Amino acid sequence: MSRVSVPCHVKGTVALQVGDVRTSQGRPGVLVIDVTFPSVAPFELQEIMFKNYYTAFLTIRVRQHTSTHTPAKWVTCLRDFCLMPDPHSEEGAQEYVSLFKHQMLCDMAQVLELRLILRQPSPLWLSFTVEELQIFQQGPKSPSMTFPKWLSHPVPCEQPTPLLEGLPDPSRVSSEVQQMWALTEMIRASHTSTRIGRFDVDGCYDLNLLSYT
Amino acid sequence: MLQEESDLSLIIAQIVQKLKGSNLYAQLERQAWASLQRPEIKLESLKEDIKEFFKISGWEKKLQNAVYSELSVFPLPSHPAAPPEHLKEPLVYMRKAQGSWEKRILKSLNSMCTELSIPLARKRPVGEQKELLNKWNEMGTDEPDLSLFRPVYAPKDFLEVLINLRNPNYENGDSLSFRTHLGLIQVPLKVKDIPELKEFFVELGLTTGQLGIDDSTQVPPELFENEHVRIGQKVLTEQDSAAAQQYIRQGSPTALRAELWALILNISSHPEDILYYEQLKTNVIQHDLLVDSLIYKDVKLTASNDDYYFVFEDYLYQVLLCFSRDTSVLSHFAYNSASPPKSYIRGKLGLEEYAVFYPPNGVIPFHGFSMYVAPLCFLYHEPSKLYQIFREMYVRFFFRLHSISSHPSGIVSLCLLFETLLQTYLPQLFYHLREIGAQPLRISFKWMVRAFSGYLATDQLLLLWDRILGYNSLEILAVLAAAVFAFRAVNLMEVTSLAAAEAVLADLSTLKVMPLLQIFLFATVT
Repeated sequence: MSRVSVPCHVKGTVALQVGDVRTSQGRPGVLVIDVTFPSVAPFELQEIMFKNYYTAFLTIRVRQHTSTHTPAKWVTCLRDFCLMPDPHSEEGAQEYVSLFKHQMLCDMAQVLELRLILRQPSPLWLSFTVEELQIFQQGPKSPSMTFPKWLSHPVPCEQPTPLLEGLPDPSRVSSEVQQMWALTEMIRASHTSTRIGRFDVDGCYDLNLLSYT
Repeated sequence: MLQEESDLSLIIAQIVQKLKGSNLYAQLERQAWASLQRPEIKLESLKEDIKEFFKISGWEKKLQNAVYSELSVFPLPSHPAAPPEHLKEPLVYMRKAQGSWEKRILKSLNSMCTELSIPLARKRPVGEQKELLNKWNEMGTDEPDLSLFRPVYAPKDFLEVLINLRNPNYENGDSLSFRTHLGLIQVPLKVKDIPELKEFFVELGLTTGQLGIDDSTQVPPELFENEHVRIGQKVLTEQDSAAAQQYIRQGSPTALRAELWALILNISSHPEDILYYEQLKTNVIQHDLLVDSLIYKDVKLTASNDDYYFVFEDYLYQVLLCFSRDTSVLSHFAYNSASPPKSYIRGKLGLEEYAVFYPPNGVIPFHGFSMYVAPLCFLYHEPSKLYQIFREMYVRFFFRLHSISSHPSGIVSLCLLFETLLQTYLPQLFYHLREIGAQPLRISFKWMVRAFSGYLATDQLLLLWDRILGYNSLEILAVLAAAVFAFRAVNLMEVTSLAAAEAVLADLSTLKVMPLLQIFLFATVT
């Protein structure tokens, strides 16, 4: 289904660490990224897409718009989603990931803000984050048309005229013709993309040096 | 789930698109047209009747084999937002490393060109063309002066590049800590450990019959060999690629091997394929490439000096020279981290209409490249079939042995797998070799890069390559390398230098591959 990118503002990552950042030896293993949508009304979230960079586990919390006067609360919609099966090795470290509405724990109907909590327990990596973050909402549905009344509520048909002898049933013929038409359309639409196999340019293959670009 | 359905339809669409340009598609179309004459095909149920006809006549099986072949070769479609470089190699630093390595190769080739004042490519004059055509079947008798040519690179140069491979986001401290790898490879790729390897190579277990073990003279053939040969013949009559791949994991009988490999690689000899090979031969005759001299030199240095393979020298030229002209090989660069070198027609530098790939297949041979072809000469004697088998083996497996990538069958992963296995299961040996300055990978690298060709006896090598085809993976090379070290561990513990260690491991021609693998994987007490 179609989707539309929602302009979002990704705030800088905040590291969660116990103790003083300057003096402690280790690197933070938890980062938090806040994503706000300043210019957009509360929308229904369809898909979150990003490129991973050495994040092992992802938790997402969402704050939704509520109609009543109660302040919007943070709810966890994705818990500890595993991006790297082995946090110490490169598997999954730089993959593109898409997360969809149906994978979330809660309804994503009126999203106000998102909070991504990234975890990387392995001390081997110097840094970790997610890049190229994009949020999508549902694209516009095809415009609903009002059908003329006679299409949606057909008049009960009159008694069909008796078939002439020897002619095939018209409904069967029409379904077969439709099938054949569909096949011919498929053949017409198909085209191949094979190479021809020539490596020279108009019969000439005089080369001097290899190019570095 | 929605996601899996859309993934499946994407895979199906990709495979259909790929198969549309193939020979099989045209043949199926022709067969479908011809079948319209048959009485059982009725117009009302055209689609179903033709499908039924294909099933009965064996064409559905051919289509199944083609689809299976595509699935084995091409990686699964990745995320729609992923750019094409991501499909070649997902890790950015490895792409960069491969790029700089390629630049070094190009510089080396260019400097050879300018030093020797030989063009990269030129059209042969008619007289020379006639001469070459006459000599086509005995190019080995030619003794051109190749003293000024040198191979573009050797495996040990490539090893140095791999040793210096670093992930910029990885803690590469100068001081030794738990983070440093004790071997030569310093990138943290995921490799299988022995429990995972046992599961992956389950058909090599102690309780399963193997060719290479259970067909030795002491074992009566009724126990395993006869039945295995019978099943092999059945697989060949059924012409089922997937079944053949499963069958060959226990080894292939010598008489059936050529056909089984052709079935697994989905190679069939049609007139079109022979015609294609003849076209490549014409291309060789018309244009002379610098790469040809590199191939000549490589064959003279390696295969011609080998006791088993020197008889096939002429075949090697016929295959490798045509291989360099084959533009269909360019399609494998979609999933290879390497990229084909580019050049411009003389005088048209920078004009994209005159940009070409050099060599036409994009692969620059290195020292030892001809050893990939040599063992195949024992199986196939018809040049066009030999050529097709080699090309398919190259675009499925061998290209991974000389390009930098994070793929589990890539050479970097194989090296890391070898070192990890040795370190985990033979720690004393590993420590001893490291202390005397003989890092084990320095010795085993050349074996793995050549897929053991030229190091093992030919029958053992073919048993090993059976398993590569059967498991669709090169990891068995790393396991065998570790198994060889385990086998000669006692002698290796007594050496005191790299040269002595090399001497202990210099001759592998007496080794039996399958018992070594079985013992290392399934019978070593850990």
